[in-house]
Amino acid sequence: MATIEIDKVSKIYHGGVPAVSEVDIQIDDGEFIVLVGPSGCGKSTLLRMVAGLETISSGTVKISGRVVNDVEPADRDIAMVFQNYALYPHMSVRENLAYGLKNRRTPKNEIEARVAEAARMLELGPYLDRKPRALSGGQRQRVAMGRAIVRHPSAFLFDEPLSNLDAKLRVSMRGEIKRLQRRVGTTSLYVTHDQLEAMTLADRLVVLNGGRIEQIGRPLDVYHAPASTFVASFIGSPAMNLVQGELHGSRLAIGPALIDLGQAVPTQGAVTVGFRAEDLQVATGGAAAHADTLPLSVDYVEELGSQRLVHGTVGDQAVTVALSSDAPLSGEMQVAVPLGRLHFFDAGTGRRLAWSTAETHRTTTTANLLETAR
Amino acid sequence: MHRTRILDHAVLILGALFLTLPVVVAFMTSSHEAAAIHSKGLMLSPGGHFVDTYEKVLTRQGGFTGQVTGARMMMNSFILGVGFALGKIVLSMLAAYAIVYFRFRFATLAFWVIFTTLLLPLEVRIMPSYEVMSGLGLINTYTGLIVPLLASATGTFYFRQFFKSVPEELLEAARIDGAGPFKFFIDVLVPLSKTMIAAIFIIMFVYGWNQYLWPMLMTTDERFFTLMRGIKQILQVWIGSQIPDYNEAFALAVLAMLPPVLVVVVFQSWFIKGLTESDK
Repeated sequence: MATIEIDKVSKIYHGGVPAVSEVDIQIDDGEFIVLVGPSGCGKSTLLRMVAGLETISSGTVKISGRVVNDVEPADRDIAMVFQNYALYPHMSVRENLAYGLKNRRTPKNEIEARVAEAARMLELGPYLDRKPRALSGGQRQRVAMGRAIVRHPSAFLFDEPLSNLDAKLRVSMRGEIKRLQRRVGTTSLYVTHDQLEAMTLADRLVVLNGGRIEQIGRPLDVYHAPASTFVASFIGSPAMNLVQGELHGSRLAIGPALIDLGQAVPTQGAVTVGFRAEDLQVATGGAAAHADTLPLSVDYVEELGSQRLVHGTVGDQAVTVALSSDAPLSGEMQVAVPLGRLHFFDAGTGRRLAWSTAETHRTTTTANLLETAR
Repeated sequence: MHRTRILDHAVLILGALFLTLPVVVAFMTSSHEAAAIHSKGLMLSPGGHFVDTYEKVLTRQGGFTGQVTGARMMMNSFILGVGFALGKIVLSMLAAYAIVYFRFRFATLAFWVIFTTLLLPLEVRIMPSYEVMSGLGLINTYTGLIVPLLASATGTFYFRQFFKSVPEELLEAARIDGAGPFKFFIDVLVPLSKTMIAAIFIIMFVYGWNQYLWPMLMTTDERFFTLMRGIKQILQVWIGSQIPDYNEAFALAVLAMLPPVLVVVVFQSWFIKGLTESDK
């Protein structure tokens, strides 16, 4: 088992903008870390630097306390699962699984035992003698994972392993990866652009943007207290509503609406206000303006079955509201803002502004709950 | 569905005849006697001298020294063809491997230098090549026949294109699996290139088999004569009133056709199998 320490690691392609700059991540033994971000944010590059497939421009990567900057990928004691599986097409499943072990001069009976073990774990038994081309996408993905497992590496690296699968298979493979990682307890670093995948799999999330870390934290902490507007809009679906507002005393002006916060505010003047679609509710008392409501003019409605997403505007700013599927609809609605669940971000930098005691209290509670649940 | 009509068949039959008739004529004519061919021209019907003509061609000691037989020439051609094809494949695969997978200075330049030699036919460098070979004392050896022709821009180019189409992840997976450059080449790249190797083998074998000018320069000893030279030799005996052995020339030509045909037939089935089955 292993820890991975990524210390001020940067990647600069010749003459260009840094693809990854000064990233610090400490990964504990057995932890499942997910690197998440939009395409081009440097998450794959970072993973490949840990794997040794990409050189490290500056900083150090340590695996189990050993600096591996100049160590060959094969000697880093890691295994990687690739997006397009990268199975050897001319080898049977069994040979694919055994190839890495064979190159390490593992004794024959040991190889057989490990391949059999991995095949049992991944239910690949009946396919051991088939070529990859005779397998379905999900089965190929399992072989790719099997190839990682048989090595008994100190860390797994996953490079968007599920993005070539269809939606349904992706969900079931997601569960399988999680279960498997729990079972073998191997430290894992997982790259994805899918925030849902990130939320469900991660012990801790690392949200990357433009080669920099925006936030590191447990999925629910990140969800409930995004460190920046970027994280707020990236994590959670539908994306968090972000609107421009103005703070005057304890009052918040959003477009035409004026909301009384009734407590201390983090700053004054222009501010970005965030609130999640699912925290908004139709205001009771009909169309009359309230102290804590926003007037929403509805553009269109998306029916998801379990809920309906109402897309509209407040003033000239887009706002999405998630309502239960039987909620009444009308062209002009009053939606109640959850005062305890407002997020404030600096209008210039987009960084989070800490404000109410209630909020900090809530996140620590969820953190504690998670801790005890583990 | 398109219904096959008589016209379609007619076109097909015509095409088939156009391609096979010369071969049929050569084969039929070879089974007649030289005198009959001389007086009546090409034949379309089988004559009665099939066995003895072919036996004579394959086993008769011919040439000035009387040391060379048809079988011997066939073997020489075969050695040339196979050595040529295998050598070219090994050499061009290694060259392409270096160009595609290793980052060294002037790799692109090296590739373009190799590539531009595609434009130069063998004949351009035949004199210097001969000079070098004679300097090394390799005239009248198989080495001298084969080695100078082994560098192949065509082969290198094909393999380069093929290697470039092999997904990068395969190399990365192999690196993580602990396969070094040599292992990756042998364990992954070579098996993946099977179809390409078969294709190049067909092309190069036929090319080597059909070589005429180079063997003629390189070999003065009749023991190293190839079939192509043998055919020429037979037709050269037109001295005085002697009739050339047309039948034997035709028989040799037919024999000369067989190995390439065999190679194509054998390797084509691999080739097609590989094309339809493998996905990289």
